[in-house]
Amino acid sequence: MKNILLMAVGLAVSASTVFAQTVRMGTEGAYAPYNFINDSGEIDGFERELGDELCTRAELTCEWVKNDWDSIIPNLVSSNYDTIMAGMSITDERDEVIDFTQDYYPPTASAYVAAAEGVDLEGGIVAAQTATIQAGYIAESGATLVEFATPEETVAAVRNGEADAVFADRDYLVPLVEASGGELMFVGPDVPLGGGVGMGLRESDAELREKFDAAITSMKEDGSLNELLKKWFGEDTQTY
Amino acid sequence: MFAFCQDPSELETLRWLACYLTTGVHFSFYFSFIKVLGILAVTAPVALAFGFLGAMAARSRFIPFSAIGKSYIAIVRGVPDIAFFLFFVIALDQAFEWLRHSYLCPDWEEPIRQGTDFIVCPAAKLPLGSAPEVVHEAYAFGLAVITFSLVFGAFAANVLFGAMRAVPRAQLETAEAYGMSQRQTFRRVLVPQMWVYALPGLSNLWQVLIKATPLLFLLGIEDVVYWARELGGTKTARFSDYPHGDWRMWYFLALLLFYLLMTWGSEKILNRIMLRLTKGQATAGGEAQRKARPA
Repeated sequence: MKNILLMAVGLAVSASTVFAQTVRMGTEGAYAPYNFINDSGEIDGFERELGDELCTRAELTCEWVKNDWDSIIPNLVSSNYDTIMAGMSITDERDEVIDFTQDYYPPTASAYVAAAEGVDLEGGIVAAQTATIQAGYIAESGATLVEFATPEETVAAVRNGEADAVFADRDYLVPLVEASGGELMFVGPDVPLGGGVGMGLRESDAELREKFDAAITSMKEDGSLNELLKKWFGEDTQTY
Repeated sequence: MFAFCQDPSELETLRWLACYLTTGVHFSFYFSFIKVLGILAVTAPVALAFGFLGAMAARSRFIPFSAIGKSYIAIVRGVPDIAFFLFFVIALDQAFEWLRHSYLCPDWEEPIRQGTDFIVCPAAKLPLGSAPEVVHEAYAFGLAVITFSLVFGAFAANVLFGAMRAVPRAQLETAEAYGMSQRQTFRRVLVPQMWVYALPGLSNLWQVLIKATPLLFLLGIEDVVYWARELGGTKTARFSDYPHGDWRMWYFLALLLFYLLMTWGSEKILNRIMLRLTKGQATAGGEAQRKARPA
């Protein structure tokens, strides 16, 4: 009798340690179509749908957390959440601090958007979000960089004339240009930057990374990742 | 929310607005006002308590106490708020987890610091990895209150320290002449009289505290300014049923109104407290009150 009871307790304990671990997924929630807050106040977007699918495939329970972009990496390494899915490009600098899965979005094209044709992209004033690869690129390009904490503000800076152009992921800019009714337009050539977008994890979390890596591979193989890409970024987007 | 909100693009302005202002995301916005008021309501008394302890320590005759009090005041006042909020909260959280870790998982062999990573055993995580999101939010709320209280406590400590010294020396000497002990003098004479000197400084702090709440988002708490920025930002028809341009100005105008109302309300309340505190005091205000009273 006593043994059965002990066994039951043991089972309950081991079961709770297996199933109770929730993977907390950190995101910014301000970067449509990658991630944004929808009308009902929930996190939505390409990465939300992809992340949920990855969690299902990896048999994990996941929960989404919003965090400011500025402190998104410090909070990951301090274990306040376990992953970052926030349209974060894989770069060498970031790779020194955290680890990335393989990319789930092909290397991105970044683009300039301005309010008028023929602005000076080499020597003018260009807006970009703080601590992004785009900001790093502009800083070295010779143009004057103005940084903003959120993507929204970078575009607003062009609208109100504070900056000549904004430099950001092309996919973020496309819906805004379409909706602006001719007020905003793409200028200059597209610039390929970064090593694609991947999921960020702590360097010590190799096990979790392998799980997500396998899930991404399986989604690439059966074509479901391509479907998601087309759904959120349009038919012409790059696929695997 | 309303039955007619099925297809917002068809609605005329008033109904559209009614639907727009009752979306789920707007309720998060309204709720954030309550959150901010809640933080203020908890932080103000806790910060005042920190300030009181800090001031008491700083004026203590026992040198270690006064050193602690004075360095608390000096260090916290000197560090920029934003640095404090970025660094201190993460450090505080890690300190809690490290304490729990050394108590709960003595057999854990892996190092806690692996490169930049901070890893404690799962049982020591705060909140536990399995805890529902509400607990995580409550924990973040608690950390926010502690951090705010520490920062504003240091300022309050300095104000109270000054106020305690502003009480006329003659009052204390009289108390001693009546044979009160030091502790009695402090409790019965010094503290009741110092508030009138402390109040202007404290009311300044209160106003600054009201406006410091946007720092909350650094701690993962979505405050009113975060939501105003998020909701006011451009929304395209692809990702929202309620597309609109850059409306941040309107949202920030609403915030302006909220903050003005808060300031106006607190001003009224503080004036009343001031009136009450000056009553019978040996200050210009107290003297004026005495003269205004019919003999």
